[in-house]
Amino acid sequence: MSAALALVARDVRLALRTPAETLTILAFFVIAATLFAFGIGPEPQALARVATGIVWVVALLACLISLDRLFQAEADDGSLDQLVLAPAPLELLVLAKCLAQWLTTALPLVVVSPLVATMLQLSPHGYATLLASLLLGTPSLTLFGAVGAALAVGARKGGALLALIVLPLYVPVLIFAVAAVEASIAGLSPRPHLFLLAGLAVFALTLAPFAASAALRQASE
Amino acid sequence: MNWHRYASPANFKRLSDRLLPWAAGGAALFLAAGVWSGLVVSPADYQQGETVRIMYVHVPAAWMSMFVYANMAVAAAAALVWRHPLAEVAGRAIAPVGAAFTFLCLVTGSLWGKPMWGTWWVWDARLTSVLILFFVYLAYMALNAAFDEPERGARASAVLALVGAINLPVIKFSVDWWNTLHQPASVTRLDAPAIDPSMLAPLLAMAIGFTLFFVAVAFVRIRAELVERRLEALRHARVAGEAAAERT
Repeated sequence: MSAALALVARDVRLALRTPAETLTILAFFVIAATLFAFGIGPEPQALARVATGIVWVVALLACLISLDRLFQAEADDGSLDQLVLAPAPLELLVLAKCLAQWLTTALPLVVVSPLVATMLQLSPHGYATLLASLLLGTPSLTLFGAVGAALAVGARKGGALLALIVLPLYVPVLIFAVAAVEASIAGLSPRPHLFLLAGLAVFALTLAPFAASAALRQASE
Repeated sequence: MNWHRYASPANFKRLSDRLLPWAAGGAALFLAAGVWSGLVVSPADYQQGETVRIMYVHVPAAWMSMFVYANMAVAAAAALVWRHPLAEVAGRAIAPVGAAFTFLCLVTGSLWGKPMWGTWWVWDARLTSVLILFFVYLAYMALNAAFDEPERGARASAVLALVGAINLPVIKFSVDWWNTLHQPASVTRLDAPAIDPSMLAPLLAMAIGFTLFFVAVAFVRIRAELVERRLEALRHARVAGEAAAERT
């Protein structure tokens, strides 16, 4: 347990000392969302109709592009073997890596998302649910992403491969998150969708550490 | 019965030598019968006319897309648990076949959709799930080929095949959910609970033909893969031998 906490603390400290990486992800989030305004046109009604989907898809892509260093940095400097050989269970260490990754990339995205939503004219009824859906949905994105990142360690042309592996796994999260926000904009209760998102998060939490650990073990052989 | 016996490539070769002609011959027979009865003997649908004949390719292809994935998942589990080299080879060999069936299902579905729904593509729940299954196949093949050492690719893609096997039902459920939210019964569903025997017979013949075809192709591809691995090993051995000879 203390090893896992130390790993979280180390990764968060590393991220705080090189804030450029987190800031780059946030910049990507804002710029990519801006591109949609150019692509769709400036009419507020047209933007408001698609705002939820754009915020979520762009947040999902921002999570995706932040994944490629999750285990690759450790694999490059050799500390991945140390993690695999450590006396603490690898599943717990993977979970610690995911927690640190979520704190340093997904949480900043959640904080910035209202700004992007405002630019895209999201209906005022959607903000609270948008934040709730991001808070419940991004852990699943990070966990499923960790499986993909662990599988792609040491692969040639990792980036595009990672997208191909991870994006199909992201489909359920996107569907339920957007459904939740759309429901509250339409004046309905978003609760069923949010519960399903929470359920997905629990599912990812139980499945992903084992799958990612299996992938890392065979990567460090 | 000791199934591990068949995990040895030599035993597999002997087994496939014996079964391959039967699978290939049966596939040719059933496919010929299915095509004949599907295109000529079976009646046109009272509603859909002649286009219903697309079903005899489309539906077996859809079944095979899932059947092959199930095979891949079993091979992946065997590769990870028992480290059977044959299971690794099998997953790699049958994935493109499954992807081809899935692609065939999508293409024939699109061709069927144009006369029936008036459009090449609709975001129908089943079409969308099959499309995502196709993406998972692509990811499996890309991951399998992404490493310099084929063993790494085989084991990584085996993990992915199992993750996909657990996730595909979740994806299917979510796509159904999404579809009912966004498209309240706007698409004519082609649910046919009661199918006439005159149509069922060619459909079953085609399904059996597709399955035997898959078995035959899987045998050929696995054997080709084994020979390729053997060649690679011999080449490595020769290079090592030459290097040793130069040193002395």
